[in-house]
Amino acid sequence: MNNTVLNTVLRFIGLVLLQVIICSNINFLGYLNPYIYIIFIFLYPISNNRLLFIFLSFLLGLSVDLFLDSGGVHATASVAIAYVRPLFLKFSFGAAYEYQAIKFSNTTFSQRLIYFISLIVIHHALLFSLVIFDQNEALLIIKQTFYSSIFTLIICLLLTSLFSKKEL
Amino acid sequence: MQQLFNFFIKNKTFVLFLLLFSCGLSLTIQSNEYQRSKFINSANQISGSVYGAFHSLSQYFHLKKENEILLKENSRLKTLMFSEEKWRSIDTVLEKKYAIQPSLVYKNSFALPNNYLTLNKGQKDSIKEDYGVITSNGIVGIIDAVSSNYSRVLSILNTNSRVNVKLKKTNYFGILSWDGKSPDVVQLKDIQDLVKLAVGDTIVTSGYSSTFPPNIPVGSILSYALNETEDLYIIEVKLFNDMKNLEHVYIIKNTAINELKALNILDE
Repeated sequence: MNNTVLNTVLRFIGLVLLQVIICSNINFLGYLNPYIYIIFIFLYPISNNRLLFIFLSFLLGLSVDLFLDSGGVHATASVAIAYVRPLFLKFSFGAAYEYQAIKFSNTTFSQRLIYFISLIVIHHALLFSLVIFDQNEALLIIKQTFYSSIFTLIICLLLTSLFSKKEL
Repeated sequence: MQQLFNFFIKNKTFVLFLLLFSCGLSLTIQSNEYQRSKFINSANQISGSVYGAFHSLSQYFHLKKENEILLKENSRLKTLMFSEEKWRSIDTVLEKKYAIQPSLVYKNSFALPNNYLTLNKGQKDSIKEDYGVITSNGIVGIIDAVSSNYSRVLSILNTNSRVNVKLKKTNYFGILSWDGKSPDVVQLKDIQDLVKLAVGDTIVTSGYSSTFPPNIPVGSILSYALNETEDLYIIEVKLFNDMKNLEHVYIIKNTAINELKALNILDE
């Protein structure tokens, strides 16, 4: 139990630092950055205490906002995907997740892919509509969401497979 | 009443979600309004020290380039010094109004619609809000939040940024703002259609605001067009500064800023 808590805390701090120090300074093609801190939300242990989980997600987004001077956009987007996560867990992994028997390392690649894509797209769509915050720029929002989602997905898959043995 | 409590307990997850979601949303909306985004900012002890630690590591990668920039500036200043008579200001009172504080950029962004920089100087170095920030090439932005050791700069690459500038040749002035697209190009508005313009004309600060002294270079005209009502120009200005690579900047301390503010309050 203690080990899980420690793991979660370390992951929280590590991902926020990785995001603000490295990932937000990539600016691939001038504007594309991966938002990898949401791995924390993907991999948070499935438990009954959803209140704590939603609160931690808010805190995660808020700490990223604090560093990036972005108001509350990351906090809002993080809370949203934390809230809808059970829906997509069920959708991607079937009813098995409800018995909390599921381990991410036991799932198939395609299951994980669907799970990641759906949450990343929701997160990024909300994030960029709030960042750009202009209804006349809908095309720009869609474009940014699309390209950044691909970027984030690739980095997320790489990171999760890199640490899969130790952490999952 | 009992039913209301029951409802909350039953839907506590949704209630918490709604609470935090609206909390984040209100922070976002606040940050889109000028001068109101100070609640969550990177000029604090935690993010400042984290950025500082990694900055001391990453600055080695830019040393060569930064040296070159400083060398260039040195030679420019030396040339000015050797031909001192030409540029000495007649008004010695005006000259003393501004003091310069060098500073390092700890964090910079340019890909978002609202960009901010974090600098490693704060209240301890007597930095205040509304001080201007420049490099040797041109203007960077205006300080909008200060903590004891760090300060945050509202970059000119911010859709909320407004800087008073003028055409160097003709002294017509207008407002510089940014449309959020290219980090090299900003927009100058409110110049009348009677004014003669040419591509390549230099834009400098006007000195009408207390933030920047007059005649600090900003950029040159890239292209211009009339607005919808065909009475004002919208001018695309190419910045002299490379906003993507900022390392050493100067904060312009306006020692008379409080006096000016007091006068403005009296006026109102």
